[in-house]
Amino acid sequence: MPEPAARTSGNGNGTPRIGVYVCHCGTNIASTIDVAAAQRAAESLPGVVLSREYKYMCSDPGQEMIKDDIRDHGLERVVVASCSPCLHEETFRTAIADGGINPYFFQMVNIREHDSWVHKDMAAATAKANDLIRAAVRRVRFHQPLEARRVPIDPKVLVLGGGIAGIHAALTLANAGKQVYLVEREPSIGGHMAMFDKTFPTLDCAACILTPKMTQVRNHPNITIWTMSDVVEVDGFVGNYKVKVKHRPRYILEEACVGCLECIDACVFRRGKTPDEFNLGLSKRKPIYIPFPQAVPQVVLIDPDTCIEFRTGKCKKTCIEVCADRNAIDFTQTETFDEVEVGSIVVATGFKAFDAGRLPQYGYGRYDGVYTALEVERLVNASGPTEGKIVLRDGREPERIGIIHCIGSRDKNTNVYCSRVCCMYSLKLAHLLQEKTNAEIYEFYIDMRTAGKGFEEFMLRVKSEGVHMIRGKVSDVYPEAGGTGRVVLQAEDSLAGMVRKIPVDMVVLATGLEPQPDAEDVRRIFNITCAGGGFFMERHPKLAPVSTFTDGVFLAGACQAPKDIPDTVAQAGAAAAEALALIDHGYIELEPNTAYVVAEECSGCKTCLGLCPFSAITRVDGKAQINPVLCKGCGTCVAACPSGAIKQNLFEDEEIYEEIMGVLAHV
Amino acid sequence: MSETHDAGQQVDGFEPRIVAFFCNWCTYLAADLAGTSRMKYAPNARVIRVMCSGRVDPQFVMEALAQGADGVLIGGCHPGDCHYQSGNYKALRRYHLLRRMLTDLGVEEKRIRLEWISAAEADKLRDVMNEMVAEIRALGPAHLEVPDESFEELEEVTV
Amino acid sequence: MSGYDYYPGCSLKGTGKPYEESLLAVFESLGVALDELDDWNCCGATAYMAVDEMQAVALASRNLALAEKSGRDLVAPCNACWLVLNKTLGRLEGDVDLRDAICAAMAATCTTLNGEGRRPLTLEGSVAVRHPLDVLVNDIGLETIEEKVVSPLEGLRVAPYYGCQIVRPLAPFDDQHDPQTMDRLLAAAGCEVAADYPFKTRCCGASQMMTMPDVGIDLVSLLIEDAIARDIDVIAVACPLCQFNLEGYQGKVAKRIGKEAKLPILYFTQLLGLALGIEPKRLGIQRSFVPVAPVLERRAAHA
Repeated sequence: MPEPAARTSGNGNGTPRIGVYVCHCGTNIASTIDVAAAQRAAESLPGVVLSREYKYMCSDPGQEMIKDDIRDHGLERVVVASCSPCLHEETFRTAIADGGINPYFFQMVNIREHDSWVHKDMAAATAKANDLIRAAVRRVRFHQPLEARRVPIDPKVLVLGGGIAGIHAALTLANAGKQVYLVEREPSIGGHMAMFDKTFPTLDCAACILTPKMTQVRNHPNITIWTMSDVVEVDGFVGNYKVKVKHRPRYILEEACVGCLECIDACVFRRGKTPDEFNLGLSKRKPIYIPFPQAVPQVVLIDPDTCIEFRTGKCKKTCIEVCADRNAIDFTQTETFDEVEVGSIVVATGFKAFDAGRLPQYGYGRYDGVYTALEVERLVNASGPTEGKIVLRDGREPERIGIIHCIGSRDKNTNVYCSRVCCMYSLKLAHLLQEKTNAEIYEFYIDMRTAGKGFEEFMLRVKSEGVHMIRGKVSDVYPEAGGTGRVVLQAEDSLAGMVRKIPVDMVVLATGLEPQPDAEDVRRIFNITCAGGGFFMERHPKLAPVSTFTDGVFLAGACQAPKDIPDTVAQAGAAAAEALALIDHGYIELEPNTAYVVAEECSGCKTCLGLCPFSAITRVDGKAQINPVLCKGCGTCVAACPSGAIKQNLFEDEEIYEEIMGVLAHV
Repeated sequence: MSETHDAGQQVDGFEPRIVAFFCNWCTYLAADLAGTSRMKYAPNARVIRVMCSGRVDPQFVMEALAQGADGVLIGGCHPGDCHYQSGNYKALRRYHLLRRMLTDLGVEEKRIRLEWISAAEADKLRDVMNEMVAEIRALGPAHLEVPDESFEELEEVTV
Repeated sequence: MSGYDYYPGCSLKGTGKPYEESLLAVFESLGVALDELDDWNCCGATAYMAVDEMQAVALASRNLALAEKSGRDLVAPCNACWLVLNKTLGRLEGDVDLRDAICAAMAATCTTLNGEGRRPLTLEGSVAVRHPLDVLVNDIGLETIEEKVVSPLEGLRVAPYYGCQIVRPLAPFDDQHDPQTMDRLLAAAGCEVAADYPFKTRCCGASQMMTMPDVGIDLVSLLIEDAIARDIDVIAVACPLCQFNLEGYQGKVAKRIGKEAKLPILYFTQLLGLALGIEPKRLGIQRSFVPVAPVLERRAAHA
């Protein structure tokens, strides 16, 4: 067995002993790149003492092979040419650390995602692989022994959004003993689910299954609920976030209000005049109100835009009289702020229903009988504006109802994607409406997407109840001639091969799901991305659906993509689990790619000081100094330093120059 | 413009050599996504990973040209989306200045390109790659490579 | 205002003659100059664009080149002409190569006659092509028009029918789904505008009336039947092909819908002309297939 050669410092003097491994990745790489040729080409590169090819480098035997070679051949640097470093850089760093050398004496070459998977010509792909391997071999000679930075994880968690996703995540975390801040911008938690009547496919009453969870949240010692609140600023990094939360005034002292609601009855307004937000404007509320009876917290709030006391200062304030010694009403309340420290964040901000007014051809807002699905949920609901009776705006009961699918979905004029839940909720509404009215119901669909557990059976049941299914997208909704008050739905029935014109009393538009209108602003606060339709982007659509590219920030629910309640709850549990994994591990290791100043070379010009977005650079004794805890490793100061005095671990100038020379070397 | 450059002639069978500096959080991931989506594009570019487009020193671009690159592509996050807040703005400033300087030196504008490509924009990455290769193929070789001997002379003077 | 150039298009010199007659009479009455473009050629209409886009653009471009010289806007009353010319402007915008190619073609083949002899045409793509509805309501203004109305058409229930080509795919001067320019103009003329007519932007069938008559009759029957059911006296149109399709086949429509169909289809300029006190003969009213007089008498009875 050959003696391992003496360790070198890797500064370019002496030649560290380099091992190169070229992976087949089954046929993923090998079908487009001549792996054997790449392995041979690597053999003759300066510093390379051995070069191997192997079927699956990331496998256990693959990693063992590296460790053995380190021991048996005295390897001091390792280069693996395989997939993206995002997948296996960690794997190989850990392997070589096990093998006895510093984990940062490693360089990975991406010849799969960036080469074999995107090119067709074998000669070109192999030449590219050779160039990239050569670059890595040249670079790795200059790698320094580094240590990962360990950062502790604060066990507290912030959950943004109090819908079913946020509620479930919060409960899971709280039950695991963690302190949770649940921030919700509406006056009550519950989200959209609180507005539904029954949920598909079981026809469970939404309130019946949601309110117990809401109560659990309220009573849980580990959960702090902040309603009427927004996150305005997030600083820091994984494990160490500082979050600033703004609380908008209710004008009610939460601790004092017992939710008796007598102030609402006592209000000088005898009737509600303002469109009720929870009932989507189908009923009116007073200036003092509670969003819905089971609100959590069970606390009223005052709307300063419509309350007479705010507008004129001269109200009798009967509300205060009736509140008596509880004294819960406080007109002087102002906006307040809280700053909390948390280690991880779950973003569960939900969705916004598509605005049907954007498609005037369906008559929403123009003809009285046209409603959105969410409005119909409120009509059907026993605690809704009509106490569960199906009564149109003009007082009539509908005899014929048309439900139009895909409003704002599967439509290149608005949203190309399918909103996933509308087929099921349309069937559900058909069932509920028929139960309540005995009306003839027509469902106009493009496809019936009933892919979940029990969903197909649900559709068959609704079909058997006599709901007419017409496969054709309605093109037009127009008023019937003769002043009947009905509207005609015109659609091509593609199964019957004819155009249908069906007059109905009521139209239900199955509006799709969109991201919240302020998603772009919210994502900037958390440093995450929006993609595909404006929803928050997950780290990987298959293997990492609840994490983001910002460590410590997780996603749950419809804010990530349209989905129904079962999937939302599953995802919320997953997000909580990933946060728990982080917390219970106790620390996270950060890449040691910080910048540092070589003081002798610093001229004190101060160019770098203003460049750092994290304020990591200060001036001490006339020289720049970088705080390695604050430094995130972007390298901007490194590129800007006129003297070249600032350097970056893992991304030294020499290392990059070696890569440049490596990829361009003539062979 | 072609009368000012010998490099303008179309050389038969010329394949441009392009060096690409991609930021780790956006463009590098977009390239990964293009791979997992099995998109296909021209094989002329060689990617060098940096943490942020703000790390790209104009000297890297010069070095690449001096080493024989026919074009340089810098890929970063969209303005407002930089993982490190503002690194991409610095990259943009340097890029404008660098381009002006290179144009004064007779290097065609289209040889250096800065693109904002987010992690979801694999299709943009493919299109930029193909476009850039076609444009530089039409421009011809850059002929900016400094022969090794000149580097040695330089070393003797500076070291 | 300095007036406008006027591009009649082939139809307004043929079956669409009443449109031209009434348009010119109305503009004269309002004191706005409308001067026919010298040596204009056919725009190619929808047919040519569907056959060969490049050649169609070249054909239409010649008119744009001719119109550029005066610096005035070009009024194109026929919806199809209006759309073709505007689409052509869109194609030319920003496409220097296309413009150069068309200029080269024009230089090689066609020129313009003027007193001094032939001179080659240039093309910038700078002229604005406007529809008379747009000009009347947005340039001349409803106030000015209302002042000049001497004989408001009170009691006449009119459905404004825009057809599709002035709202799809381009809708630069009005709303795509619920345009209002004609509605407002007819209201200024004193008509009772049928705001509940739901088919104001539905297709009339266009050339399909000739190539696939079943389809054409089906589409037109929908428009006519609904108008009859809503007690509409007249359908006002803005396009010669719409006019022809809606008026010319009412016998077949009657068979199709099983009801009598004798619904006058008039150009909005004819209605406006009547309100401005211009004699019916100058407006081409006598050219209608469907007798208009009984309807006007009904209106007179209401007044």
